[in-house]
Amino acid sequence: MKTIYMHPKSLKKTPFHYCPGCGHSVAHRLVCEVIDEMGLQERTIGIPPPGCSVFAYNYFDVDMAESAHGRGAAVATGIKRAYPASVVFTYQGDGDLAGIGTAETIHAANRGENVTTIFINNAVYGMTGGQMAPTTLRGMKTTTTPYGRDHILEGHPIRMSEILAMLDGVAYIERVAVNSPANIRKAKKAIAKAFQVQLDGRGFSMVEILSPCPTNWKMTPVKSWQWVDEEMTRVFPLGVYKDIAEKNGAD
Amino acid sequence: MTKVLMDGNSAIGEAAIRAGCQCYFGYPITPQNELTEYMATHLSRRKGCAFVQAESEIAAINMVYGASVAGARAMTSSSSPGISLKQEGISYLAACELPAVIVNMQRGGPGLGSISAAQSDYFQATRGGGHGDYRTIVLGPSSVQELADLTMRAFDLADRYKIPVVILGDGVLGQMKEPVEFKREAPSVPPIREGALRGAKGRPSKIIKTFTSNPSELEEINWSLFRRYALIKKEETACETFQTGDARLVVVAFGIAARIARGAIKNLRSEGLKVGLMRPVTLWPFPDEPLKEMSKTIKQYFVFEMNMGQMVEDVQLALAGQGELAFYGRPGGVIPNPSEVARVISRLYYQKGLK
Amino acid sequence: MPDKQPALKPVKGKIVISDELCKGCGLCIHFCPKKVIVQSDKLNAAGYQSAEFKDNGECTGCAICAIVCPEVAIEVYRD
Repeated sequence: MKTIYMHPKSLKKTPFHYCPGCGHSVAHRLVCEVIDEMGLQERTIGIPPPGCSVFAYNYFDVDMAESAHGRGAAVATGIKRAYPASVVFTYQGDGDLAGIGTAETIHAANRGENVTTIFINNAVYGMTGGQMAPTTLRGMKTTTTPYGRDHILEGHPIRMSEILAMLDGVAYIERVAVNSPANIRKAKKAIAKAFQVQLDGRGFSMVEILSPCPTNWKMTPVKSWQWVDEEMTRVFPLGVYKDIAEKNGAD
Repeated sequence: MTKVLMDGNSAIGEAAIRAGCQCYFGYPITPQNELTEYMATHLSRRKGCAFVQAESEIAAINMVYGASVAGARAMTSSSSPGISLKQEGISYLAACELPAVIVNMQRGGPGLGSISAAQSDYFQATRGGGHGDYRTIVLGPSSVQELADLTMRAFDLADRYKIPVVILGDGVLGQMKEPVEFKREAPSVPPIREGALRGAKGRPSKIIKTFTSNPSELEEINWSLFRRYALIKKEETACETFQTGDARLVVVAFGIAARIARGAIKNLRSEGLKVGLMRPVTLWPFPDEPLKEMSKTIKQYFVFEMNMGQMVEDVQLALAGQGELAFYGRPGGVIPNPSEVARVISRLYYQKGLK
Repeated sequence: MPDKQPALKPVKGKIVISDELCKGCGLCIHFCPKKVIVQSDKLNAAGYQSAEFKDNGECTGCAICAIVCPEVAIEVYRD
């Protein structure tokens, strides 16, 4: 019998501390598979955020530098400008990228920085215990929206893929999910494409990954994976939001 | 070496380039824009170098962090309100032992304040400024030449001790024009710091971080940082004295205030008053040993700063009751002239019956 | 009479689930098209009811379980 599936080389063998059914575990694995398949391990510098994935450096076997909350895009800019030959990716949660880090994210994208952002959107602040995130759905109960998110008081969930796609410096943005085998396969393709965009020097690339958070959604892992389809994709539709390669295909 | 007439802000820029600064990230704020503009003009086109006008002072300090992670000599500059924004980033730089140079051309505060020169960020600069127990080396130039010299030294100190270094200037120093000589040539290729994160090729992957869920681990990091600070204090403390040999009263002042004080002292000396100046050059580490030594024979001190009294506390700590201390401060961006300061000193001199 | 196509040999697969890594999330059980994975009655060392492979010959080695497994706890083998 031949081995069909192997543990990626650039993923350390440390057991994940993430909750059962957490999307981070899948996302980490996919990024590592892409790093392996594209031969990038020796050139990659990753920037994990504060949050559940603050310990990402225990799993990704690449050089990694911790970032302050929300500042990943600025740190990535600094690394890439200082060392253009590197492959730089940020790995950020929804509060990190769409709340405290909105300015840094928009401006790195606007400058067309040749970095790749892996944006994990689980509609909640996970590590701190389940507070409202910028991407929390209307009506969703969290520890700071105990009566359900009310758009009059708390605003609407923010769609970063759509917003960033409007910027000229952005080369590629796709929203995917890691809640089913088919979606996981598509997510991996998107991640590979995003890194290729960086290698080609075409500008900013981002993959927004809708990710289940069973613990803070107060669901079983299977139910949380279903909830991504039932509820999240209605507010955050999957798909490609920008791809300049496609646009320029005719050139 | 030829001397050129330059404003202080531009001199910092030229000195940084000659010290091998590879990356500059800044944001417009009065009174330091000449520095940001100088780097936009002169650094951006240098091979391998990068200039970015960031979207905020917060973004700029985080870009410095990233560039330092990748081994580049990196610098940012701002003025007081913008430096407040950078405190989080500076704490992270200090925690992760990353070299960086941060220039503060101080202006009046607090709040939006004024655009005129002040010295009211002394506490912020010398006490860490951001959260946590840490220090940064703080240098206090008082002339355009010294701005240039200390900028170059700042990069060397930052790399040697893996620590952020703050250049505590002010709006007057930044705007005034004086002849300056640059004592180094710019390197053809900016230096890359050994051991930086450049990709795990031929070695295990490296992590730069301080977050830990184990307080004992963090405790040890703190002790380790402070052992280094003790070494810096031993090796790098610097101060300058002017006519203190026979002085009966010593003025303690830094930066532009020291320039004003020198003028006052020259006037007073011509009238026969025996007054000298002790000028800290490193504000952190503060030269408390030289002051302690001086206080064995000289008992009257006069601290003059353009703030409500910040460095005076360090002088008080250093004297430890071995000398009498008077304070004169002008906050808000008001720049007193030498004769005003001389008047206040001479009043004290005669009140104390010094001869 | 048209030639009959030769009978397709069924693909035989096998998986190995790491009991220590499994967190009993149940996703492999949910997504397995052949229903050859079940939840254990016992608790593993971490206190989870881990997933167990039913080696009854039905597994085709499609690797869907490995694709969804968050813990990278499943190895997949195929003929």
